[in-house]
Amino acid sequence: MNSPTSEDKPFVTVIDASAKFGWWNYLQEVWFYRDLFYFLVWRDLKTRYAQSVLGIGWAIIQPLFSMLVFTVVFGNMARISSDGVPYAIFSFAALVPWTYFSGALTGAGGSLITARGIITKVYFPRIIVPLVAVTGKLWDFGVGLIVLFAMMVYFGFGVTPQMLLLPMVTILMILAASGIGMWVTALAIQYRDINYSLGFVIQLLMYASPVVYPTSMVPERFQFLYNLNPMTSVIESFRSILLSTNPIPWDGLAIGLFVSLLLSVSGAVYFIGMERKFADVV
Amino acid sequence: MLSNNTAISVENISKRYRIGYQEERHHTLVGSALKLAVQPLRNARNLRRLTKFASGEVESPDIVWALNDISFDVQRGEVIGIIGHNGAGKSTILKILSRITFPTNGRVVIKGRVGSLLEVGTGFHPELTGRENVYLNGTILGMSRTEVNRKFDEIVEFSGVAKFIDTPVKRYSSGMSVRLAFSVAAHLDPEILLVDEVLSVGDAGFQSKCIGKMQDVASQGRTVIFVSHVMQAIRNLCDRTIHIDQGRIVNDGPTQQVVRNYLTGDSENQLSERVWGDRNTQPGNSGFRLLGLRILDSDSNTAQAFRTSESIRIQIEFELDKLIHEIGVGYDLFFADGSMVYRSYHYDDIPERWPEIQLGYNRLECVIPAGMLNGGSYIVRLCVLQQDIKWILNSTPELSFDVEFDHSRSPFFFKLRRGVIAPVLEWKRSC
Repeated sequence: MNSPTSEDKPFVTVIDASAKFGWWNYLQEVWFYRDLFYFLVWRDLKTRYAQSVLGIGWAIIQPLFSMLVFTVVFGNMARISSDGVPYAIFSFAALVPWTYFSGALTGAGGSLITARGIITKVYFPRIIVPLVAVTGKLWDFGVGLIVLFAMMVYFGFGVTPQMLLLPMVTILMILAASGIGMWVTALAIQYRDINYSLGFVIQLLMYASPVVYPTSMVPERFQFLYNLNPMTSVIESFRSILLSTNPIPWDGLAIGLFVSLLLSVSGAVYFIGMERKFADVV
Repeated sequence: MLSNNTAISVENISKRYRIGYQEERHHTLVGSALKLAVQPLRNARNLRRLTKFASGEVESPDIVWALNDISFDVQRGEVIGIIGHNGAGKSTILKILSRITFPTNGRVVIKGRVGSLLEVGTGFHPELTGRENVYLNGTILGMSRTEVNRKFDEIVEFSGVAKFIDTPVKRYSSGMSVRLAFSVAAHLDPEILLVDEVLSVGDAGFQSKCIGKMQDVASQGRTVIFVSHVMQAIRNLCDRTIHIDQGRIVNDGPTQQVVRNYLTGDSENQLSERVWGDRNTQPGNSGFRLLGLRILDSDSNTAQAFRTSESIRIQIEFELDKLIHEIGVGYDLFFADGSMVYRSYHYDDIPERWPEIQLGYNRLECVIPAGMLNGGSYIVRLCVLQQDIKWILNSTPELSFDVEFDHSRSPFFFKLRRGVIAPVLEWKRSC
């Protein structure tokens, strides 16, 4: 369909209602708009904590307070096992990726509706919008990670060679968030119910992920089902890599990777299929 | 196939929209309760239907063809105007050409980089500084970062807000932020420029600056498609004009001819502006010559669709070749079913408050206040007379406008109340 070609040739754009969708053209176009992607992420970061006293402090307050509450309720009162490490760092190691994941989904869900002013006035590949939301939250994730490292020093955790695996797990985490994010965004623009339900669905999902309890509490026969949630293996790996609680769950990671890839590809296909209609229904 | 000189080729473009669905009304408690129970199902179906069309679904009460089989070619370097009433499909054409929305049928081939200006300042964020917004807005409009870098100084200079370029835009006056936004857009430099009503923002000085800039663009041999309600701007800029009505091209040719037909055309009771340029055909007698009749919104744009919460201005432009003693200039307002709402003359108040009518050019305005009319279509018919002597114009020519009822905040004041007017009056307890 639409094809801005490289700079040396004259631009020819063909808009054809009956033509088949051209994936290669679409990818070229996303690349063409990379500067826009950059500036939208940058705007997101720049304006998110504008005119607030704590500024970037807000990025860590939410996981920090969740950690305090979880430590008191689940660690001290319910005495849930924390795989032999202090419950505070046990839960915080999970809350850093989880906060990213939930923030990315919430951000993506509302992103196209928030960007209505732009998408009804200017063309660009719309898939940029949810990806901006997912990318922008990486900043908060980075800040959370620094706090986590500080806590590790405090609790006396050392540096291990396994930590080299952390970037891979982070990429899996981003992939999972992007895949689900694209689905949520495309559905939310037509069905606003998605946005109303997203908050509590994410909350329920947290209990379907090993945030407040260890994976070992889930019975063996449910492990496969449990690992279909890609955040299960992500969180478990964060703990394994940083706190050496358990061996790295390779099986879980394989399932998580497969599910995330499936969600990302299908999410992108669904999103791009809907894309032509966005300006009409938003 | 495209000839080398064709910049845009539009072939049989149609665009179908589904408008909001009809609510069924229930008058019984059971009916309402049932409706409530099945509402989620109904909603799901209706939401889905927004984007799904049964194959070959062409006619249906909730389908609107915003464009219906439109074809035209634009040569490189041509400056084309698109005119038409509200809802005629002008903006839809621009939205399809700028790829914001996708056509239902047809094909468009565009040769050259397209810049679309459907709005000034798209993506401006109040918390960001002027500098940051220039970069953001520039990339949103399709520039690369290096391109903005290169043009940055020029953009800032043209805008005239250099002093405040590192101040958040929320501290700008609205004029300043519009100037900055326009300055970014003006430096877009595309081969094909699509412009929609941008000129309707800003003050007169700014508007003339915009027109000047567009004339520059046009004189550099770029292709411009310009949608506007402002006939003067169309006349100044465009060599060729396309008149669209109800999604079809009704006229395509030299601007003077198309605009004249549009303003005086046969669909005369569908107009919100009528202008008579030729001295010999101007309505009137006894030295009174009507130049123009307009229905304006509060921003001085001619408009056909209003809400009852807005005021509506009737503007009458005329020339007097000699002073007419006790002249009365006014109009009749009719409801669409033919019932008369009122007649109003410029001398209805005490003499001290009459607008002065002078020899030569005069322009009078009468404001229909907000919160008075009911929703519906209205017709304005001009009345000019010499008091107690004769009619100069009697209930002709006419214009029309539509209003949508929205001025009551009561949960029980429904849209469909009977009556030609629908004022919200004061009620109090008197015992």
